[in-house]
Amino acid sequence: MPVNQTLSTYSDMAYATSVVVYILAMLLYFAEFSRGRVATVARSREAALVGAGGDSDATSTPVVGHVPAPEKRPMAERLGGMAVAMTLLGAVVHFASLLLRGLATGRVPWGNMYEFGSAICLAAVVAWLVVLFRQTRTARRDATPSQLRGLGGFLMLPVVVLLFLSGTVLYAQAAPLIPALQSYWIVIHVAAAIISSGVFVFAGVASLLYLVRCRYENNPLKMVKVGSRLPTSQALDRVAYRATVIIFPVWTFAIVAGAIWAEAAWGRFWGWDPKETCSFVAWVVYAAYLHARATAGWRGVRAAWINILGLAVMIFNLFFVNIVVAGLHSYAGL
Amino acid sequence: MGGYLKMALAFLRNTWRGLTSMRTALVLLFLLALAALPGALIPQRSLNITEVDRYFAEYPTLAPILDKLGAFEVFGSVWFASIYVLLFISLIGCLLPRCFEYYKQWRSKPVRTPRNLSRMPHHETATLDASVDEVMAATRTRLRGWRMVEREEDDGAKSISAERGFLREIGNLVFHFALVGLLVGVAGGKLYGYEGQVIVVADGSEFCNSGTYNYDSFRAGLTVDGTQLTPFCVRVDDFDIDYQPNGQVGDYRVNMHYQSGEDLETNTWQPYLLQVNHPLRTAGDRIYLTGNGYAPRFTVTFPDGQQRTDVIQWQPADPATMLSQGATKFDPPGVLDEEQRRRSQIAVTGLFAPTAAFDGAVLSSRFPDLLDPAAAVDVMRGDLGLDSGRGQSIFGVDQSMVDQGRLQRVARQNLRVGEEIRLDDGTTVRFDGVERWANLQVSHDPFQPWVLLFSVLVIFGISTSLMIKRRRVWVRAVPHPDQDGSGSARTVVEVGGLARTDQAGYGEEFTRLAADLLGTGVAHSPKSRAAAGPARERKS
Ligand code: HEM
Repeated sequence: MPVNQTLSTYSDMAYATSVVVYILAMLLYFAEFSRGRVATVARSREAALVGAGGDSDATSTPVVGHVPAPEKRPMAERLGGMAVAMTLLGAVVHFASLLLRGLATGRVPWGNMYEFGSAICLAAVVAWLVVLFRQTRTARRDATPSQLRGLGGFLMLPVVVLLFLSGTVLYAQAAPLIPALQSYWIVIHVAAAIISSGVFVFAGVASLLYLVRCRYENNPLKMVKVGSRLPTSQALDRVAYRATVIIFPVWTFAIVAGAIWAEAAWGRFWGWDPKETCSFVAWVVYAAYLHARATAGWRGVRAAWINILGLAVMIFNLFFVNIVVAGLHSYAGL
Repeated sequence: MGGYLKMALAFLRNTWRGLTSMRTALVLLFLLALAALPGALIPQRSLNITEVDRYFAEYPTLAPILDKLGAFEVFGSVWFASIYVLLFISLIGCLLPRCFEYYKQWRSKPVRTPRNLSRMPHHETATLDASVDEVMAATRTRLRGWRMVEREEDDGAKSISAERGFLREIGNLVFHFALVGLLVGVAGGKLYGYEGQVIVVADGSEFCNSGTYNYDSFRAGLTVDGTQLTPFCVRVDDFDIDYQPNGQVGDYRVNMHYQSGEDLETNTWQPYLLQVNHPLRTAGDRIYLTGNGYAPRFTVTFPDGQQRTDVIQWQPADPATMLSQGATKFDPPGVLDEEQRRRSQIAVTGLFAPTAAFDGAVLSSRFPDLLDPAAAVDVMRGDLGLDSGRGQSIFGVDQSMVDQGRLQRVARQNLRVGEEIRLDDGTTVRFDGVERWANLQVSHDPFQPWVLLFSVLVIFGISTSLMIKRRRVWVRAVPHPDQDGSGSARTVVEVGGLARTDQAGYGEEFTRLAADLLGTGVAHSPKSRAAAGPARERKS
């Protein structure tokens, strides 16, 4: 099937647009973040320090006519709202870009590394939007919406970087699939891998921020700027855990589907090809994360490190194995 | 003496306990991940022997050391095996007692309602205008689907203990046992499976799975000796391949026929279109198309007028342009004298280009498709060494024969289809045309369905175990001491909840449940709050 050049051009334009919109969203998230209220630990600490000062009556009594807090909140809130709206818009345009590529080539839009990287980012952004909407729906939990929203900028950062790399270094012209990829398993196996990779990115970012927040909570003098504005460590830990728990079976499924496909395409269901090996390693690391969560002394910080390690293996699997190591999965088009 | 025995037993017991602890499992999981990594980073013999050779050439000091450590065969190495064997021993050692415990739990009733429900992580209370029995009945209805026991308590109070989410543990056990099954299935395949490669020229040539000698290469499982292969035959009629303008393969198809089972006796052939992603499955074996190439056809006419024609696969030297190299070997017919025969054997060696490009007289290929074929051949004459008993590659001549001067080049020329070379003794070598060949892989693994089954169970088990929450809820109804003026019954109802697993999210379900049971469903209306008020007072 020939490639429709017009549609493919529109797809590229949508891609570039979505990157710009995402960057805007990221800046808005960070703007909200930097105006965010400083959480209680810091405040009480500050109060204690001020109190110890003794002669600080003048500073601790409010200045007449100066109402600091109530003015700031709505502004930050509005920035945050705009950030979410931008994210949503970006996701819609991004989705359009993938859809157009699919239409241009008459196949699923994840046949090479550019498309694959793009789809992973979309999965991460959608996962993030789902988290946001779920928590506004169940606002009665201890993390208020504006709190978890503090994650936004930190999630958009890797997304933007990955999209930028995909769109430049890894970019591939729209083209039909090579015969080895012409199978309905590309829909099943790759979609599962994309969704799980995207959600793992989100979980990994949450775990990373959890570590920052923990440092701050253990010693409120450390990481004050970022730590004090982040959601509570409990909320971060929980969102990372839930994301991983939901996606681990999907990742398992992705590997099994890959094995079923390999049986038809390569003549064996498992052959320790570099991609297979790395997926296995990532799977084992995530299984270790789940076990760590159930092992005394391993919950919390150690578990978070394992989750980050899992993400590191996933990223390694995506870039290094596709680009540097020669294997059966080398469809990167590089 | 007894002391030593005791010590030895204690040591064994402690080792066993240590081995089957979660912490050990965790460490072993990490070791497994770590041990598998070199398999992705260092080329593996089983996957890519040329890469391994290159590695040896590039790191001449490091490579032999790595080789000693088994780094080029990670997944067959002793240390890799010892990690997963330990892991699985640990797994089984930890599963068996858990099965037992699970069975006990399943048989036992939900635990007694704790005296002080307000100590539970989830707790709510309210005073309702209903009798204790009415509250109990409503609770039973709401908790349908939960495992429940109702108990009488002092002072006319009653309580219900309920729990739910037993499937979680089942899922977990299924998952872990399925992992063991998976390992056994994979091991079974390694024992009873085999895999063979064979090149078949697509001109109606046949291949039969009647013995390992029919294969170009054969990898047998540990219990396979090659005498009991399931019989089937394939005939490769035609090979179709489409290229895109950039030289990328668009599609390829092998038109073939096969026979197995009864068809072998009646000699009937079934047609099949063999494609990538569509292996032929017959007689418990799978036949794959794994490669292709060209087989030039040469005819040698000896001085006495006898002719010999042969089509032998040549090997692609450059997969992008399909420039191929090989050797087509001829024995002079009807020569009985050994000595003379060994002086006049002929090999046509050299390069073949499907779309020829000449740089001066040097042949190369511009495109992988068969558009403008040409061959650059060296004709060798002499002793091919075919009788030496030494195996030789079908893609080349025995170099030692050349070195000894027993095989000599007698001509070198570029040929188009139909052109021929005349040797000094009058022999002619004609380039007749080209066939394509298909590389077929035959695989046999009787355990594959089991591996699939256990994989599905792994997914099923892990999903169940991660999605389902194991949780408990207790409801206690105590008659309110001061009945209101009208004399109707009032009851203080307390609800407590506990999620038994490390799983966030029980809070919401509990909130809904408590709201239903306590009649506070109308989102904290002032009325229900008022109702809850006295109960709180009473407690303090
Ligand atoms: C291939 C190796 C293994 C994998 C991939 C694996 C994977 C898992 C996963 C994903 C869970 C769910 C964790 C959760 O409930 O949140 C789990 C639970 C569990 N595993 Fe494993 N496991 C493996 C080996 C073992 C071994 C060797 C043991 C025992 C020594 C073990 C003991 C347990 C236990 C006790 C649980 C229940 C944890 C809980 O209370 O939720 N596992 N395993």
